[in-house]
Amino acid sequence: MRVLARNIGIVYRKELLEALRDRRTLISTILVPILLFPILTVGVGFVIAGLIIEADREPARIMILGGTDSPAIVNSLVKSKNLIVVSKPANYVDLISSKKIRAAVEIPPGLQTGDGVNYPPIKIYMYSGDLKSTTAAKRIEEFFNEYRDNLARERLTAQKLPASLLKPFDIKQQNVVSEEKVAGETVGGIISYLVIIMCLTGAMYPAMDLTAGEKERATMETILSSPISRTHLVLGKFLMVLTASLVTAALSVTSMGVSSWVFQNFQEQSSAPGLHIKIGLGAVLAVFLVALPLAVLFSAALLTIALFAKSYKEAQSYISPLMIVVVIPAIAAMLPGVELTPRLSLVPILNVSLLCKDLITGTYHWNTIALIFLSTSVYGGAAIFIAVRMFHRESVLFRS
Amino acid sequence: MIEARSLSKRFRDKKRGQICAVENVSFTCRPGSIYGLLGANGAGKTTTLRMLATILEPTDGTALVFGHDIVKHPEKVRSSVGFLSTATALYPRLTAQEMVEYFGRLNGLDEATLKSRIDDIFDRLDMNSFRDRRCDKLSTGMKQKTSIARTLVHDPPVMIFDEPTLGLDIMAARTIVEFIRECREAGKTVILSTHVMSEVEKLCDLIGIIHNGSLLAEGTPAQMREKYQEKDLEEIFVKIVTAHATPHVTAEVS
Repeated sequence: MRVLARNIGIVYRKELLEALRDRRTLISTILVPILLFPILTVGVGFVIAGLIIEADREPARIMILGGTDSPAIVNSLVKSKNLIVVSKPANYVDLISSKKIRAAVEIPPGLQTGDGVNYPPIKIYMYSGDLKSTTAAKRIEEFFNEYRDNLARERLTAQKLPASLLKPFDIKQQNVVSEEKVAGETVGGIISYLVIIMCLTGAMYPAMDLTAGEKERATMETILSSPISRTHLVLGKFLMVLTASLVTAALSVTSMGVSSWVFQNFQEQSSAPGLHIKIGLGAVLAVFLVALPLAVLFSAALLTIALFAKSYKEAQSYISPLMIVVVIPAIAAMLPGVELTPRLSLVPILNVSLLCKDLITGTYHWNTIALIFLSTSVYGGAAIFIAVRMFHRESVLFRS
Repeated sequence: MIEARSLSKRFRDKKRGQICAVENVSFTCRPGSIYGLLGANGAGKTTTLRMLATILEPTDGTALVFGHDIVKHPEKVRSSVGFLSTATALYPRLTAQEMVEYFGRLNGLDEATLKSRIDDIFDRLDMNSFRDRRCDKLSTGMKQKTSIARTLVHDPPVMIFDEPTLGLDIMAARTIVEFIRECREAGKTVILSTHVMSEVEKLCDLIGIIHNGSLLAEGTPAQMREKYQEKDLEEIFVKIVTAHATPHVTAEVS
């Protein structure tokens, strides 16, 4: 046992030293996870928030169709602060499509002068999916909502009836769960996905470097001529890959946490719309604990697959499809309505992804955690066993 | 001492079916002498040496290396062997010293012994000027010295060289040849595979000619010349290989 620990330690320290001197490993394990989320959340977030603010501030160019018998309404629309009414008659569909105007509103005949009942609907024409067009349509709708409410209020007053008849009661939604639970439902899936994907991507490059890379650089025969047993050798290499996997995942989540905090501060200061996300540190640590056997599974599986390859390039072509195999169950956990069941607890990756989400919301059961931890540990153990077996196969080590 | 006893190695190839790389090879290599395994490319030299170094496992037969059975105790065998070939490269991101230290530790040396051993080897091979330089920044000659230091760090009684000068320039090849000679003088058991006849002339005390996986002839260079009535070892080699068009026939020269 002492020899085992000593030998694994020697191999691990050497692999770690080499990894720390390798620019490609440093980029994939440290730099990418640190920079990816600030760029994604802060960078992209700032751009999106900027666009929303700009769309909100900018007056929208719109066109009025009809309304010749409703001059007061048209006049009010023209005077609206955040709307610019284009008077030039033209094909409104073309103008909206080419984004020359953002929306058009069709005022039915007799809206202002009619008896006030059985009007045909006011139609708003817009470019669905376009942010500025949606904003313009919303502003027109708000204008007519207000006009309708005022009209109804005036008529009630004329009949000497209270305005409250219009709205006999209010409806209010009230959140009764903690901020952590809200965060779990909204971003829990993303964090789980992130941890899983980063566990995989962090292990990818070192796994290839330590197996196919050794073959390519002709150092495999050098190490195999040393007295260390192949089992000790593969365990030392495996520990290095596992380290890279966990470091990448940890840095990713830390970086995401910091980026989200910065972004939220910006939102609070600028009063831009957004979610207030609060995630407990304990929940994040629990997610890591649950992801540990999954990282073991990924590291051992990647080592085994990459060992088959003769070169780094060949290893890449073997490993790339694995990304899809991992992404699908990881994404499936983010879908609404997918919840942990005893059967799903045995499905690798999906089980951890669902559990991570539950851990962040705080709604979990210890027996489910134990089942998932145990099943994933069994898969991880099996993957290590296969990796060790593969390191003993000459047809794999010396494939020509 | 190395005693190869009916060593055989067969591989399975998807296209060609079963390939017999080495068939029933037996020989003995004694301490303080150099055994040269001569053969063309694909003759089975590398496979034989890889089996002796326990990198490959024999399909049949076995060998005793410094008294250890290569099948039963491969780790003990590797502790007794220094293996050097063109396929045993250095770790590019380690320095020359780190490379040698790594293999010293893998061979179970304690830190004090390792330090004195490294100081001694680095002095002897004149490696101190580049001991802290990364292996990927070393010249071919420096790399060869580092590889030699790697094989010597645990002071093995048996040295296995698989075409050690292949692709090297004259100066680097000379360093290796000199090193092999020193190993013999130090009383080590040395086995060397090559197809460079000048190296055989310079170094080998005993020659084994291997072709199509079988050992066709064995003897000292003098015995070979006498038996085949030829001075030139290359001519002798061609004669033996041509005469044994059918593989698996071993001629013992006594």
